[in-house]
Amino acid sequence: MAEAVIRVVGLCKSYETAAGLFPALKGVDLMIERGEFVAIMGPSGSGKSTFMNLLGCLDTPTMGEYHLVGRNVAHMPGDELAILRNRTIGFVFQGFNLLPRSNLEDNVALPLVYAHVEREPRREKARQMLARVGLDAYAKSLPARISGGQQQRVAIARALINSPRLILADEPTGNLDSHTSEEIMALFGQLNDEGITIVLVTHEADIAAHAKRQVRFLDGHIVSDVATPARALASC
Amino acid sequence: MLGPMLGEAWHAMGSNRMRTALTMLGMVIGVGSVVPIGQGAQYAVAQTISTMGSNLYIVIAGSTSTGGVRTGSGFGPTLNVADAEAIAELDDVTHVAPTHQGTQQLVYGAKNWSATVVGTTPSYLDARSWTLVSGYAFSESDVRSATRVALIGKTAAENLFVPGEDPVGKTIRIRQTPFTIIGVLGAKGQNLDGRDQDDTIIIPLTTAQRKVFGVPFAGSVRVIMVQASSAEAMPSVEKSVTALLRQRHRIREDMDNDFYIRNLAAAADSAAETTRVMSLLLGAIASVSLLVGGIGIMNIMLVSVTERTREIGIRMAIGARQKDILTQFLLEAIMISITGCLIGLILGIGGALLVNAITDMVIVISGGSVLVAFAVAASVGVFFGLYPARKAAALDPIEALRYQ
Ligand SMILES: Nc1ncnc2c1ncn2[C@@H]1O[C@H](COP(=O)(O)OP(=O)(O)OP(=O)(O)O)[C@@H](O)[C@H]1O
Ligand SMILES: [Mg+2]
Repeated sequence: MAEAVIRVVGLCKSYETAAGLFPALKGVDLMIERGEFVAIMGPSGSGKSTFMNLLGCLDTPTMGEYHLVGRNVAHMPGDELAILRNRTIGFVFQGFNLLPRSNLEDNVALPLVYAHVEREPRREKARQMLARVGLDAYAKSLPARISGGQQQRVAIARALINSPRLILADEPTGNLDSHTSEEIMALFGQLNDEGITIVLVTHEADIAAHAKRQVRFLDGHIVSDVATPARALASC
Repeated sequence: MLGPMLGEAWHAMGSNRMRTALTMLGMVIGVGSVVPIGQGAQYAVAQTISTMGSNLYIVIAGSTSTGGVRTGSGFGPTLNVADAEAIAELDDVTHVAPTHQGTQQLVYGAKNWSATVVGTTPSYLDARSWTLVSGYAFSESDVRSATRVALIGKTAAENLFVPGEDPVGKTIRIRQTPFTIIGVLGAKGQNLDGRDQDDTIIIPLTTAQRKVFGVPFAGSVRVIMVQASSAEAMPSVEKSVTALLRQRHRIREDMDNDFYIRNLAAAADSAAETTRVMSLLLGAIASVSLLVGGIGIMNIMLVSVTERTREIGIRMAIGARQKDILTQFLLEAIMISITGCLIGLILGIGGALLVNAITDMVIVISGGSVLVAFAVAASVGVFFGLYPARKAAALDPIEALRYQ
């Protein structure tokens, strides 16, 4: 069997607070294979975002191991983590996080800038990605000119541009209405069908139902890890 | 990498024009005032002093209005050739040159040019250490017999003769009188007032008085140039010249001189001092402005880093390394300071050209000072941009992403 995309062993994360060390993750073990579509659920404060930040190499664990496509990243230097984030991971955030002063094309092309891709191929690829999410007509518009759902599609186009193996999305539909959320989830579904591994955090059961596997956090632990019931899968 | 970053820096700069413009102001003023300093005003003054001749006094004819002791005319030339000859007998006086000068039209063939015509004696060239590049100077006997010979300065020669033509032996006309050019003077450049000393024709004093200027009193001159043997001898020479002239002009104890004595070296010194003070002042303005400009840049970059914390977080999440962020903000700071520098240079050079055009002052613009200005601007950008840029690069990606 091929190396898992994500392999996490005994992962702990404590935050330093005024009241002392606060343990947000208390030993998490998880394995995510290539092509999986995982929804992470759980109550507020259970450590979902903390976990996602660690998966995204945006933060380093206090303890434990994290292997991303076979590489132990727990103690990698910052610049190597940046390269991993650039080449291997695509991020989709709740708040879209597009650069407000750059047009959509430039926003989508940004990861390629840090991958040292030349200007022309950069543009061409950005156009392709915008077309992919159905927004090529807005290439020169600023993010503020388009709707939230459209902005999230642009963010997905940006996440896809460097052909990542893994997409991490922390509450990607949190700011969207249910109809738009469905569209975004359908898009994730397509990407997953193409073989991209997807991990997303959500509070909503019907969003989680799009995933093939549901992992539930509680108080810094994983309390359940199940395949999405066939009935739920069939209904979408 | 640098391409898109430069574009973004430019973009960021343009996104808040007013703020950027105000930030640049310090740089603009700083660089603008560096321009005239770099132009070596001091150098120009030192040059001029050395071309005037050393240890020189000029005695200028004044008025007799205070008492009318002499002829009753009130105003008029009070110096004459005999005065000059008497001064020449004094101790520590090396050269004395009575001169009479004025602007006259020169004609050569179909060409016209107006230049300063100096009627004087051969000691004039010695007093001013003025050498010839070709031909020879006129002599005392030329002065005695009022021959029509002339020495021509570089500028006058260039304007009357075609390049390559040797003026020596040619005949030009001054006030209808033909003069044969017997020598060409070496170049001296500007004098203290910024006038071109090479736009000159030197002819024997007697010829000048009879044929060119026409003087009411035979032998009277406007100016006598006196050279002391050394700088130390100058005060005593001034005293003895004054005493001699007062005695010769029969001026009573209680009456003012009917002449003025000007110490050219002192005039030059004070001009040099003025320029030095000006340069110091401009230098102080420039340094303070650059400092203030730099602090302004640092301040605005810090504001910008704070404002764009989220953007920095996004960039980091997407794969920007610390040095990418550092470079981006540093480039932005440098771009602000270089643009400020450019505007300062344009204003400074424009101002200098304007001063040159409407006044007698000549401000030379050197490529060196432009380079220095750019180097200074770039260093100010790097120096004051580094701290904010490092701050940006050191941000924690998660904290930055969470920033509202
Ligand atoms: N930087 C931090 N410093 C201190 N404590 C933190 C920090 N980040 C998170 N925490 C704490 O860690 C715990 C887990 O937070 P986390 O953001 O991972 O929760 P979450 O599951 O994502 O919640 P939500 O559903 O509200 O997004 C919370 O109690 C939170 O207060
Ligand atoms: Mg969260």
